Amino acid sequence: MASETLTLHNNGHEVSYLDYQGKHKGLLGWLLSTDHKRIGILYMIGVLSFFAVGVTLGFLIRLELLTPQGTIVGPQAYNEFFTVHGIIMIFIVVIPVIPAVFGNFFLPIMLGAKDVAFPRINLLTWYLYIIGGVLILLSLVLPGGAADTGWTFYVPYSVRTGTNMIFTLTAVFIIGFSSILTGLNFLTTIHRMRAPGMDWFKMPLFAWSLYATSWIQVIVTPIVGITLLMVIVERVFHVGIFDPTLGGDPLLFQHMFWMYSHPAVYIIIVPAMGVISEIIPVFSQRTIFGYKFIAYSSLGIAVFGSLVWAHHMFATGMSDTAEFVFSLLTFLVAIPSAIKVFNWTATLYKGSIKLEAPMLYALAFIFLFSIGGLTGIIQGALNVDLYLTDTYFIVGHIHYVVFGGTGFGLFAALHYWLPKMFGRMYNKKVAKVAFWIVFIGFNVLYFPFFILGWMGMPRRSYHYLPQFQLYHVIATVGSWILVLGLLIMMVNLLVSLIKGKKITENNIWGGETLEWKVSTPPTVENFEEIPEVFDGPYEYKQNEYASMEEEVK
Amino acid sequence: MFADASNFVLPVDNTFIFIVIICVFFLVLITGMMITFVIKYNSKKNKKAKNIHGSVPLEITWTVIPTILVMVMFYFGWTGYKSMTDAPKDSMAVDVYAQMWSWSYKYANGVESDTLFVPLNKPVKVLLHSRDVDHSFYVPAFRIKKDVIPNRTNTEWFLPTRVGSYDVLCAEYCGLRHSYMYSTVVVLPEDQYNKWIADKQAQDNDAATP
Repeated sequence: MASETLTLHNNGHEVSYLDYQGKHKGLLGWLLSTDHKRIGILYMIGVLSFFAVGVTLGFLIRLELLTPQGTIVGPQAYNEFFTVHGIIMIFIVVIPVIPAVFGNFFLPIMLGAKDVAFPRINLLTWYLYIIGGVLILLSLVLPGGAADTGWTFYVPYSVRTGTNMIFTLTAVFIIGFSSILTGLNFLTTIHRMRAPGMDWFKMPLFAWSLYATSWIQVIVTPIVGITLLMVIVERVFHVGIFDPTLGGDPLLFQHMFWMYSHPAVYIIIVPAMGVISEIIPVFSQRTIFGYKFIAYSSLGIAVFGSLVWAHHMFATGMSDTAEFVFSLLTFLVAIPSAIKVFNWTATLYKGSIKLEAPMLYALAFIFLFSIGGLTGIIQGALNVDLYLTDTYFIVGHIHYVVFGGTGFGLFAALHYWLPKMFGRMYNKKVAKVAFWIVFIGFNVLYFPFFILGWMGMPRRSYHYLPQFQLYHVIATVGSWILVLGLLIMMVNLLVSLIKGKKITENNIWGGETLEWKVSTPPTVENFEEIPEVFDGPYEYKQNEYASMEEEVK
Repeated sequence: MFADASNFVLPVDNTFIFIVIICVFFLVLITGMMITFVIKYNSKKNKKAKNIHGSVPLEITWTVIPTILVMVMFYFGWTGYKSMTDAPKDSMAVDVYAQMWSWSYKYANGVESDTLFVPLNKPVKVLLHSRDVDHSFYVPAFRIKKDVIPNRTNTEWFLPTRVGSYDVLCAEYCGLRHSYMYSTVVVLPEDQYNKWIADKQAQDNDAATP
């Protein structure tokens, strides 16, 4: 009872959010908590659990593809595996992961606020998310079979197939609300709850990236929600929106689907770019190069990224005008991403670089995301895309962008912020070993996809021609290396939460954003007093004092 | 790998190689700089960092140069695409029917087959019809692919430039046996093609009138 009295007396100050005992205790104290930090951790548990399922399915897909004919399962099971792998990884892992886990936990602290604008809605989003995620998992085991359409749900097949489509579509529909509400919450928080003195250009770049992402989430997520609802209506009532036998238009579905799902790529990648923009200056111990250009390029990506959806449809026989415009804009959307990459690289120049685990992941992000982005440019060219679309080339591209980008961004964020969140440090040596295994496994697994694609291997194929086998075997071996690395990484992080060396200092890495000024782990209210902000987030004034001292000498 | 089986192989491969060269250049540039800086400015050697807030001339440079380069890439892609959409007037038309999970072909004189036979060096225009769901007509050796969508007739043309037989694959996922949806396109010298289609027609007529 003593701790409770303490809690009540000082209104939650000086008590770690982990130890805090409020109205509810134990598990309920977490499940009913509206503390943004606890919700962030609830999300982390959810996302990482779903990630484990997604990885398992991916592992099984690769195992199946070891031989050209059936290896471990039949074609129907294989089709369900790659569909659910895609749905899990896209909709309940990489879309929510960085905003919902690290955005929730750190955005308010970075802005100098005590919580997000709508804490109860924040908790609601987690429940919507978990309900949707559990529905997707249930679809795997319920009679009728999991969705077997690919994560893109293309009609007419998604209207005709006999599997549990309605179940899966409803799940994605529900998760959409979670995403929209989180976006709204962050937008309001960023607009209204910045600490005194923190003008827009004193915000950390992670906050900027969440701001751009939130706008995309709020604007385009309703489109996919309504589109999937229309597929359900089509399946149940046969009204003829998309179904060609009833006069519907299958291409209408593709347009509406990609109107969301292309910007969704930016919902996926931009927050990870924000993480990288935090980590690079901290581990270079200098101010970031081109702050405003990085900030504005996030908005540039949000705007242009919403106007390029039909580049997924170059082979559908659209009008020449559409092909022209969408190809042109696709090339242009590469520019803001390129600007970020150049600025990050320039931030290393004359820094004082420490190659800790978060920095290794951040540098790997730049390398892998560059490959992902550049292979995207290759497919922006119309005549080349007509050859490469729907082959393994695009599968390689999406994995380099989404896994090499957001996945490595997530791993960087975990190694960067987890010690702050729990007050315990992981084994740094093991973390670096795990990094190299993950990095090598990743490239052995996904690089052969580009070669397979160029050779003409179609995606989503259970069976393949014998000339492709060599590269499939290499990729499958890569998947074993990758999974080994992931296991070492995750075990290292999990063990650190219980047995890791305790950290008491506030600033573990020498960062200058506000989360490094609060205690480790943060207190319930984050700040005893709302701080006043005078400087930008990456000033590193000690560098200037040092050079001034040198001049004096 | 496939030595010039159609007129589109060279332009597609050239555009691809042109873009890949530029991409590799930038990847090596960025990775090289990253590695160089990490070694040169390692905290062990370089104790004190220097603050550089940015440089507008540099920002302009690395915005304008990539923009120009991607516009050139766009131009090659677009012109390549235009040449693929505008079929010559004298093209031989063939109807292609896709269904779960097979291909069939119907020629102007009514002959039908499961394998696509085409004459060498004659432009062929395929009219793509789906009997059920979305498919995609994909001939890797010809560098062509076009979706086959129900209630919509997409077209595609090519000029076969080498005798031989090439795989036809379905590139748009279409259910259980999508990955088994193979067919073959056989390019024959013109006289052999004419003989094949005449024989086939005669056979069909015999079968029709017992």
